[in-house]
Amino acid sequence: MGEKILMKGNEAIGEAAIRAGCHFYFGYPITPQSELAAYMSKKLPKIKNAVFIQAESEIVAINMVYGAAATGVRTMTSSSSTGISLKQEGISFIACAELPCVIVNMQRGGPGLGSIQPGQADYFQATKGGGHGDYHLIVLAPSSVQELVDLTMDAFDLADKYTNPAMILGDGLIGQMMESVEFKERKKIDLPDKKGWILTGCKGRKKHCIVPFNMDPYEMEKVNFKIQEKYNKLKEREVRYEAVNLDNADLIIVAYGTVARIAKTVIQNAKSEGINIGLIRPITLFPFPESIIAEASKKVNKFLVVEMSLGQMVEDVKLAVNGKAEINFYGRVGGVVPTQSEILNEIKKYLK
Amino acid sequence: MKKVFGRPKSLTKDPFTYCPGCHHGIAHRLVAEVLDEFGIREKTIGISPVGCAVFTYAFFDCDMICAAHGRAPSVATGMKRSKPDSIVFTYQGDGDLAAIGMGEIVHTANRGESITVIFINNAIYGMTGGQMAPTTLVGQVTQTSPYGRDPKTMGYPIKVAEMLSTLKGVAYISRVALSKPAYVLKAKKAIRKAFQSQIEGKGFSLVEILSTCPTNWGLSPIEASKWLEENMIPYYPLGEFKTPEEVS
Repeated sequence: MGEKILMKGNEAIGEAAIRAGCHFYFGYPITPQSELAAYMSKKLPKIKNAVFIQAESEIVAINMVYGAAATGVRTMTSSSSTGISLKQEGISFIACAELPCVIVNMQRGGPGLGSIQPGQADYFQATKGGGHGDYHLIVLAPSSVQELVDLTMDAFDLADKYTNPAMILGDGLIGQMMESVEFKERKKIDLPDKKGWILTGCKGRKKHCIVPFNMDPYEMEKVNFKIQEKYNKLKEREVRYEAVNLDNADLIIVAYGTVARIAKTVIQNAKSEGINIGLIRPITLFPFPESIIAEASKKVNKFLVVEMSLGQMVEDVKLAVNGKAEINFYGRVGGVVPTQSEILNEIKKYLK
Repeated sequence: MKKVFGRPKSLTKDPFTYCPGCHHGIAHRLVAEVLDEFGIREKTIGISPVGCAVFTYAFFDCDMICAAHGRAPSVATGMKRSKPDSIVFTYQGDGDLAAIGMGEIVHTANRGESITVIFINNAIYGMTGGQMAPTTLVGQVTQTSPYGRDPKTMGYPIKVAEMLSTLKGVAYISRVALSKPAYVLKAKKAIRKAFQSQIEGKGFSLVEILSTCPTNWGLSPIEASKWLEENMIPYYPLGEFKTPEEVS
């Protein structure tokens, strides 16, 4: 603790998970996140009672997570885009059953088999459900390898606190790059007791049932309402973002993850040309930082949302701004990463 | 007067929702009696499937979880690896296990996961109204094979017990039936051996139970038992396909 280590993003996630007490990892190889599974396969067998399984599919991996989570342990799976699509039914079950777990999506170009380079076209899938039914994942979007570490550890805490699955929404670039990280001392937080619902054998108590299903639609409706209450609490208490240079900005970029890093360079280069650009970087994509965006739109009337997609987060920005400012969009897809110069050229179009 | 028969402790008091003549009722009772006899109810976790037996979670008096269709063996794996001292069993039908869940059951058996699978083979999809199953017999009429199962376009019925018994990680596999008392007694012995091999940490165990579905076969319960004995047993022979020497 306290020393800086040079780590690859995918491996940093693994180390962070282990230090957060996650000893049950079930995964499947897929570019660009296979290093995470490989890291867990090396580290977990050296820890007493820890389990690593390379499952036979991504569907199997999420169902192994469902089973382990039901017994009360911290557990995680990871994949990329097309593999995350496979997990959607399992995620819906986990959310309905109100179980904690962490799912890592290191996004790649899509749709279909897509490409192996970075993408951000899974935003809808991550934040609007992805699987069937009314539920949400807690979605965290890291922008650096240090944030991969911090947010992975936060994800386990948030998942336990709200008994809800949490997702780390990264991309192939952050997963593959190497940066120095510090595993800092973390503040202990109060987490709810799991003993009231975990499946461990009913000795000394009545049986517990985990049943994401009800034949009575009025009861199923109540289940839905109960789950929604958590999302309301998340929206009140757990929104995170980074705001850079919002005062007096001529235009505000809204971007997350890798694109936000590029945007920071855009801001510096714009400054040297006398252009004042701000950035709002959502860190939680669910709950989405609507308030800061709405506030900013009262003073700045031009926004540029930049994504490695054809326009997904931009819809949430438009909803937050609600017509008060001009929202523009720039996107590259299929695995293409935008350069800072092309983003700056795009910005200049709107500042003429 | 001495009580010689009663509801096993491992069953709740909830009345079964199964059709008259359905063998799920007998299968549930046999599993529950075995859990009682081994005294393992309080450390057992069961996984219910999608199908008529979805309600299994209500009928067994032990910790229970509902899995997505076909995924019970994977859920069981996650649970058993997390809590290796618990006894974990899945209860699955032929669509759950041999159609959508075929990949899961093969790999779970192959890894030799120390779980017990109760596989109800009634050669049809019950809950959804009688569609063809992977174990539906050649020529058998179902809702989605209205002219009879044609192997040319629908393939042949799959012999799950035989197929899985070729895997090294498997400790115990047998096929039984419940259509008459002699078979019921043998089925109970097989279920005992299956759970015993889990208790002894021997590896994967599965009991394939040939069962009737009077409702979707369009037969009375007694006709259905007869149909099973005349048609299913010749194709799906009863017996043990894999045993560890030490399971007595």
